Formats: sequence, structure tokens, C-alpha cells
Amino acid sequence: MTNPLTKLLSERDWLMTDGATGTNLFNMGLESGEPPEFWNVDERAKIVSLYKGAVDAGSDIFLTNSFGANASRLKLHKAEDRAFELSRISAEIGREIADQAGRTVIVAGSVGPTGAIMKPVGDLGHAEAVAMFEETAKGLKAGGADVLWLETISAPEEFRAAAEGFANAEMDWCGTMSFDTAGRTMMGLTSADMVQLVESLPNPPIGFGANCGVGASDLLRTVLGFSAQGTERPIIAKGNAGIPKFIEGHIHYDGTPDLMAEYAILARDCGARIIGGCCGTMPEHLRAMREALETRPKGQRPSLEIITEKLGGFSSDNDGTGADKPAARPRRRRARG
Amino acid sequence: MSEEEDEIILSELDDNDLVQQMFDDLYDGLKEEIEEGVNILLERNWEPYRILTEALVGGMTIVGRDFRDGILFVPEVLLAANAMKGGMAILKPLLIETGAPRVGKMVIGTVKGDIHDIGKNLVGMMMEGAGFEVVDLGINNAVDAYIDTAKSEGADIVGMSALLTTTMPYMKVVIDTMVEQGIRDDYIVLVGGAPLNEEFGRAIGADAYCRDAAVAVETAKEFIARKHNQMAAG
Repeated sequence: MTNPLTKLLSERDWLMTDGATGTNLFNMGLESGEPPEFWNVDERAKIVSLYKGAVDAGSDIFLTNSFGANASRLKLHKAEDRAFELSRISAEIGREIADQAGRTVIVAGSVGPTGAIMKPVGDLGHAEAVAMFEETAKGLKAGGADVLWLETISAPEEFRAAAEGFANAEMDWCGTMSFDTAGRTMMGLTSADMVQLVESLPNPPIGFGANCGVGASDLLRTVLGFSAQGTERPIIAKGNAGIPKFIEGHIHYDGTPDLMAEYAILARDCGARIIGGCCGTMPEHLRAMREALETRPKGQRPSLEIITEKLGGFSSDNDGTGADKPAARPRRRRARG
Repeated sequence: MSEEEDEIILSELDDNDLVQQMFDDLYDGLKEEIEEGVNILLERNWEPYRILTEALVGGMTIVGRDFRDGILFVPEVLLAANAMKGGMAILKPLLIETGAPRVGKMVIGTVKGDIHDIGKNLVGMMMEGAGFEVVDLGINNAVDAYIDTAKSEGADIVGMSALLTTTMPYMKVVIDTMVEQGIRDDYIVLVGGAPLNEEFGRAIGADAYCRDAAVAVETAKEFIARKHNQMAAG
């Protein structure tokens, strides 16, 4: 059977995903340090309202409240045995909302990073990571998710482990990484590296791309980097609504709905087919993005100068692709015995 | 590539070349070679403190600079820090024995709800790399863990890290509690983590936001120097 997301992609030029999960839940009273996933059980009405906020604002796809629903992260709250259950319920609530929408809305089961560093640099082994991702994936599948949605990953090893876990759960998926360090992921991966990584997987994702990171401009530079590789696979852009600021005890992102509308248009011009927001993106941003995507025509692929002009400057001079990347210190070679 | 030309015998290098080679080996994260270099310098009667500052801290400064400039990334820095740790394990007891000067002490941990300790570990390692003593609280720390440990350890610096938008506001809880207890000014408070920025650091009342581990070290040194000047002045 064709995945509903694949079908929707064959019918439409672009799709809109949702915005922030954390920022929205904070506004509903989530306290800092509290695991948002507990609310799937304890505050069900608020999760319903989170999902509905995205659907009513015009999202074609929304992510479930399961970003941290893996054994490694839940262990922090002594709930490592609840990964399956909390994932399942997040998707069940999502299924209910999507089925009431009156149009095709995709329930994407959010899968976040384990928070651990994988071997050989860190301690987390491949098999252990695969098992954790598989458990979350199976929970999301049992709850009725249409597709899995891996996000905010920085290590290629972890991306591969997740893909394997998803294959074991026999689920289609999408995957995005965060390019937040001089245009690369924290682990040094460039946009070009990610395209290669994705195509090297035995079960490549339906779509791939970038989420979170530093700001809208940086994210679009990354999307241009994906496009430059000539990939045919749908590209996902899920950028933050500007930069976080702390005002009267709450976090606000400084990106206005107008700016996010501009970002959405530019993201499509850069080659993205699945467009949404990340931290700070609220329903009012999504509405402005949807309207812009529907009413404004697709344009030429923008230059970096145009992106800077419309959305602001980049956080680093280059993103590690191209010839002008900075060189490492010259060292005397040594043979290791 | 000729094997013979590539072979480097550390013990045959003069002091200057050896230290240069140790810079390269730290850069490449070669732990055994760093341990060997430290031992050779000790045999040559270098003071432990001199080995620390000239060879290890010198080398880690280069690593930190290239990390800051987007040339090296987390995996390389972790390997370098691991090599540094190998050298430090040899030097630590000797430094205590010889009463080497104390640079400063830092208590560091990720805030409540946050498991992501990569950034925190990097800062801890680079601070040690710069000669600071580091008390690592690990992940998921409530306000008491920071304050009690800072007091009992006689720390100079409290460092907090958060990687998630859902956990970063907790830093303000810690700082507000320090203010309530009237101990805020006893410590230098440094904050860091991917979603933060300078303005956020200022808004919650931290002394500084540190963009990365290299900046954290520079900032810590600056504040410690300022503190010493104040103490000298009066």
C-alpha cells in the first residue's frame, strides 16, 4: 500500500507541516524540566489542542508529542519503561484529530535523539540505539501514525541506527538533522554529507531535510546545499521562528508571522517541498505561511544575498561546503603502529 | 609515503620539537602519544605545572580555537580532550604534591529535565584543559544540586547547560534562587547550550552566555582575573 504521505506528495507541489511543540506546550503551562510526553496521559486535552492548533492553521502534516519518548531520555524521569506506551498514546490522539479534519492530514510520529553519543567517541552502542528507536517506532505504529519523523539529529551514526530501528518496525519515515554549528551539524556533518548519508541507507526516508538550528537564514542555506546535490528526494525545511528571547519569564521567538511567511516562500524557492516551522512557530505563524504558499507563485532559486536581505544574516561565513571552507592545522604525519 | 620518514621517536626530539609534536598529537587525539610525551618531559625534569601549561594547555588552546572557528567539530574535540585527560591523569597527583597554583574551580551540569550533556562535557574538558578544577554534576540537576555543591566545593564558577527550549528557562530558576539566598555575587555564573544566546543570558541574570567550549574558557579566565583584581583592590 502506498504511504498516505507519498500519495499526498504525488498530488501536490508542496505540503505544510506544523510548528513548535515545546513553545506551544509552555504557553499551556508546561514547566521547564517537565517531560512533555507525560501530558499525553496526564493532560490529554492540551495535546488535543496542540494538534488541532496546527491542523486548523492549515498544516497537512503534524508531529506527535513523542520527541523525547525513548528509553534513554525517559530514564531521566524514571519512566524508561514507558517509551512504547507514551509513543502509542501520542499517535492515538493524533489519529483521532487527523481523522476529524475532513481532508487528508498526515500523523507523523516524532522521534527525537537519544541524547547520548554513540561509539566509538561515546558510550551508546549501535544495537542498543537500534532497539530504542525500534521500541518508540512500534509504539507510534500501534497508535496509528502514518509515518515516522526523525528530527534534530546531529550524528550520522544515530541517523543510521534510527533508520534500522524503523525498518525493524516496518514503518516509512522522514528524517531531519539540525545544522546549528557553523552551517554543519554539531558532529560536523555538512548538507552535502547528509544527502550522501540518506542515499546510502537500505531504507531511505520519503523525505529528508533540516529542522531547528540557528535561524531561518541558516536553515535555507542548508536547503540550498541539499538542492545543489541534485537530489530527487523531497526536501523538508522546518526552521525556527527567529531567535529565542526571554521576556517577562517566558521565552519568545522574535520571528513574526510575516517573516515566517517570507521564509516559507523562500524555502519553496530553495527547493523544499515539505515546509514548516520549529521552535517558536505558533498557529498564527502557520496561518501566514499557508496563505503565502497558496497565494504567491513559486519563484527562482534565491541567492544567499537575497536570503540575507529578506531574513537576516548567517551565523557563520560558510557552511563547510564549497572550496572556501577553513583548513585544519597542518600536522606532521605519523604512522601509528 | 615512506614508513621510515613518518616514524617519529618522541624521546629523540628536543624539548621544543617535542612540545610542538604534542600539540599535533593532541590535535589528532592520540592519547598514548600524549602520555608518552608527558612522561618524557617529566624525565627531563620539567615541573608538572610547566608541562600542563606549555604542552597540554598550549595544545588544547589550538584545538579550542579551531573548534570555535568551525574547523574542528565535536568528535575531534572529544578525542583531543580524551588524549589530554591521559596526560592529566599522570600530572594530577604531581600537581597537588608540588602545590601548583590554582586557576579556579567550576561546578557544572545540565539543568533539570535535560539529558543532553555533550556541550557540558566539552566545556568541562576544555576547562580542565585550561587548568581549571571541574566538579561535574552530570545531567538533570535541580537548583539544590548547583547551590549545595558550589558551597561545599568552594567553587568560583557555576556553569549551566541546556540543549532544549523546554529546559533552558530552568537556568533562571537557579539564578533567582541564588539571588534569594543572597549568594548570587559569590559566584561567576556562565550559561550555554544550542538554543541560547547572549541576550537570553543577560535576561536571566547570568554573568555571561558562552557560545561554545572555547569561549567558555576565555570568559572564565577573564572573570577570574577580574575577581582577583577586585580582591587586590580592596
